[in-house]
Amino acid sequence: MLKFVIARIGQAVLVLWAAFTLSFVLLQAMPGDAVLIKFLNPEYGLSPEQIAEIRADYAVDGSLFAQYAASLGNVLTGDFGYSVRAGVPVSAQLAVNLPATLTLASLGFATAVILAALLAFLSSFSAGSRLRDLIQSIPALFISIPVFWLGIMLIQIFSFRLKLVPVIHPGPWESLILPVLTLAVPISAPLAQILIRNLDEIETRSFVSVARAKGASRGRVLFRHVARNAVLPVLTIAGVLFGELLAGAVVTETVFGLSGIGSLTERAVSYQDLAVLQAVVIVSAAIFVAINLIVDLAYPFLDPRLKPRAGA
Amino acid sequence: MTMPILDIRNLRVSYDANVPHCAVNGVSLQVFPGEVVALVGESGSGKTSIAQAVIGLLQGNGRVDGGAILLNGTDITRWSQKRLDAVRGAVVSLIPQDPTGSLNPVMTIGAQVREILTVHGKARGKAADRRVIELLTKVGLSQPEVRARQYPHELSGGMKQRVLIAIAIALEPALIIADEPTSALDVTVQKRILDLIDDLRREFGTAVLFVTHDLGVAADRSSRLIVLKGGEIQEEGATADVLTAPQNTYTQRLLADAPSLSAPARIVRRSRAGETPLVTVENLVKDFALPDGGVQRAVDGVSFGIDPGTTHAIVGESGSGKTTTIRAIAGFERPTSGSILIDGLDARTLKGETLRQFRRKVQLVYQNPLASLDPRQSVFSIIEEPLLNFAPVARDERARRVAAILDRVGLTQATLARRPHALSGGQRQRIAIARALILEPKLVILDEAVSALDVTVQAQILSLLAELQADLGLTYLFVSHDLAVVRQIADSVSVMHEGRQVDHGSVEAVFERPTSAYTRDLIEAIPGRRRQAEGARSNPSETAEGYPA
Amino acid sequence: MTSFDILDRRSVPASAASAATPSTAARFRVWRGISPSLVLAWLVLATVLLWAMAPGLFTVYNPVEGVPGGQLKAPSAAHLLGTDSLGRDLFSRIVHGSVHSLTGALAAVGVGLLAGTTIGILAGSVGGWIDDLLMRLVDVLLSIPTLLLSLSIIILLGFGTFNSAIAVGATAIAGFSRLTRSEVVRVRRSDYVEAAFGSGGSFVKVLWRHILPNSLTSVFAFTALQFGWALLQISTLGFLGYGAPPPTPEWGLLIAEGRNYLATAWWLTAAPGLIVVIVVLSANRISQSFGRAGS
Repeated sequence: MLKFVIARIGQAVLVLWAAFTLSFVLLQAMPGDAVLIKFLNPEYGLSPEQIAEIRADYAVDGSLFAQYAASLGNVLTGDFGYSVRAGVPVSAQLAVNLPATLTLASLGFATAVILAALLAFLSSFSAGSRLRDLIQSIPALFISIPVFWLGIMLIQIFSFRLKLVPVIHPGPWESLILPVLTLAVPISAPLAQILIRNLDEIETRSFVSVARAKGASRGRVLFRHVARNAVLPVLTIAGVLFGELLAGAVVTETVFGLSGIGSLTERAVSYQDLAVLQAVVIVSAAIFVAINLIVDLAYPFLDPRLKPRAGA
Repeated sequence: MTMPILDIRNLRVSYDANVPHCAVNGVSLQVFPGEVVALVGESGSGKTSIAQAVIGLLQGNGRVDGGAILLNGTDITRWSQKRLDAVRGAVVSLIPQDPTGSLNPVMTIGAQVREILTVHGKARGKAADRRVIELLTKVGLSQPEVRARQYPHELSGGMKQRVLIAIAIALEPALIIADEPTSALDVTVQKRILDLIDDLRREFGTAVLFVTHDLGVAADRSSRLIVLKGGEIQEEGATADVLTAPQNTYTQRLLADAPSLSAPARIVRRSRAGETPLVTVENLVKDFALPDGGVQRAVDGVSFGIDPGTTHAIVGESGSGKTTTIRAIAGFERPTSGSILIDGLDARTLKGETLRQFRRKVQLVYQNPLASLDPRQSVFSIIEEPLLNFAPVARDERARRVAAILDRVGLTQATLARRPHALSGGQRQRIAIARALILEPKLVILDEAVSALDVTVQAQILSLLAELQADLGLTYLFVSHDLAVVRQIADSVSVMHEGRQVDHGSVEAVFERPTSAYTRDLIEAIPGRRRQAEGARSNPSETAEGYPA
Repeated sequence: MTSFDILDRRSVPASAASAATPSTAARFRVWRGISPSLVLAWLVLATVLLWAMAPGLFTVYNPVEGVPGGQLKAPSAAHLLGTDSLGRDLFSRIVHGSVHSLTGALAAVGVGLLAGTTIGILAGSVGGWIDDLLMRLVDVLLSIPTLLLSLSIIILLGFGTFNSAIAVGATAIAGFSRLTRSEVVRVRRSDYVEAAFGSGGSFVKVLWRHILPNSLTSVFAFTALQFGWALLQISTLGFLGYGAPPPTPEWGLLIAEGRNYLATAWWLTAAPGLIVVIVVLSANRISQSFGRAGS
């Protein structure tokens, strides 16, 4: 067991290192002076001392490998360099923007889970009726809607037409209703699809008939036997869902004009602010790897089949 | 006359598919207290649909079209699922077919046994826990306290079936429906489980509706026998009467085709002393590396020889190493040590091109014909393919050979354009045999090649194999778990147990004078034996050769 | 199980008849089996494809030059979907824009399919350390959220339709390789592949005859699914302003432009968005039908 944990952590570190390298190749592997030219732009108003610091930070005068090594060292100590546009350390920018995105993302995720579970269980209970076809086509529709368009349409319908959610000077929670909904819809679709598929598949297993043959009611069988077996495999897509959540945040924050990691990323691309984008890439890769690591390590405790055999 | 526990009147069940089809067509039967009624039939006979209808759990698109199911005199046919919940488990219970899939993998054994008690409000808290242990003890599980805390994957198939039996008898129901309760189990385990069901049934006076495809099992365990075909009853009567004097032609054929009930050793044994064996296996050992760094010995010192033109059988239960042995002989697995000599070639040293040439001599026929045929290929290209792998054969010559071999295995030329999924199980296995034979091999390895087939189809394939052997002088290596089949077709036999060869010799020698206790157990466990023994006692004119066809 | 066996046997005469002589009745039966929604999906894709190839057949208006004085007109008989802030006919812009959105999505899927299946087939059929190495590389690609990966590539390559297509395609590689590999491995383990080796087939022959045809069915279903997904991604990048520059009538960009007139001319955003939804839904529906035929 310990061997497995160590091997799995090692693999995670390896993937993370490779992800950093990939981001370096994509975003940073250009002649150091090209990076520096941007900083020399008087608009940023960096002092000669700061510029010297940046020079040293990026190992601008060294070889590509020296730059890579310096960059890796910086990242390991939590130093993501300077934002070209804002002229402040990237880590400070991340820290400022993180809470807002975290709130949006966790609310969006929770809503998505509720929505998906609702759809899945409605579909399971409506087995054999026409309603079921209708319910099962909802995730397919959700998955086909461009997130940004959904956000705009929600503003159009709920704010402009129905005037339910104010656009001007909304309260802190009111301003979150539509963004959370926008974010939840595309996340809920794959969740609901997997849940529905698993529920349907588990329903056909013979242990379900055996439970019914014991005299257990349909509801009891669904919640005690089917649900647990159907929900477990969903954990394996947790990492992918995080990626979707982040992509959703970029679009949602842009559409609704919210500040956060998403809109920070959007501006970074528009203004070619490489250090910011690289920081977001590395941090999100780290979170992705961590989520998958946790899922892999926790899975044996949730599914007894994967637990190492004790005796017997 | 006592009232029947189960009274099925003119039951009709159908399934909604693209074309609705009728699975049970006007079946009437009765089960009286304390008796065992066997429902025997091949796949598609509707036997499982009847069992499911009784307990109100027809698969998804199935429905009862007509007739009535009376339980203790009450018509439950149109009861709601909610009303049925009170009956299921308490009055009628189920022993399912596949023990592995029938227990919830993420719940402990104890919790799953406990559920039937709590659902019906029969016990709760400490009392329920005690009852669970009692039940597990009752079905013969060792260390019941430990088992109760374990999960299904930690138990063997036989143990899991015992747990399911514990659930079925928990509330001492009047009727147990046993739906092929042992067909997924090894033969020695099967015997123990059937004995257990027998004992418990006697103790509680429970009636059993026993659904099975195996006439041998039905013969041993039932008091009345109902033969089904195509959703209709063919014959019904006391088991002994039906077996000794079947009236219906289908029943007669079924009896004749059942290896466990037909006469053993009717074929002429071939002994070709002095000839060089075609296959010589000596001290074969195969180890597999385990993920934790250990080594598992799957085959441990197996030796035998096969004379040309004869059939050698390898018999064993799951995990005995029989499959690994034949895969090594077929060149799919490299032995750890020992030697395999086939027609002068050492199978161990083969590689690349020599291995490819070796394949002309040795062909393998698989257990599941559908899985061994490429679903995208037509029958013609399946059979033709081996010819394309060796020295070029002209196109019309290939077509001629394919047509000839198809004829040989008893299929019409119209089959050539079809794809495997459009054929029946027996037709598919004929095609797999045709593919194996087109290269004119010396040795044909048959890996449980008839196990997945219905008994009548199995009999047809076995006689085809015998005919091909006689005509083409083929040598067979026949792998099976079914001793009855082996006794019928093999000349010599190796019995394998836990990787070792525990018995070896001619079929007569091994069956009549087994040297190992394991082989004796195995022979003892062949279904249908009990009936044969009784038959021999009660009717001296019938010898141990069994029942006349 | 029981019911399947009977159905199987019953279907034999029917399928044999239709294989030998495709009678009218048989053909009718084939048509009856196809669902209306699938026909609709194909019709949608065919229409959009025609828009891309011959936009002149569908609209007479110039998509790039507006009519002065005809700005922000509501939908009418003359302008089916109204006009935008520069007086350009919206329907004409959508029709002319289809070529940008479709080629973008097709190019993206092409990149993913080509690179992904190559990696997947190599990893699945060769196995060993090559498999390990390739799959770890795929893990790395997967560890960066797709949108961020395509944004990084866009920064490297610059904005534009083609570059954004490559950026989206690169993020599809991981999915294609994983699916292809798992399919190849699944097929490789099957009895019929072993039987093909057993009848003397060489590695290349077995790969070509059995492994590829049987593993690629679900890859094709996945391709249709990915086409819809790529269309969404391309329009997202277009909306953010990283795709084709204005005045190109790319669908994502159309939505972005219309957004400024949401309060007064809502159809400018609603219409192009609906088109995207309908096309993506159709692609997904077709993918689903492939999946069913393959299984």
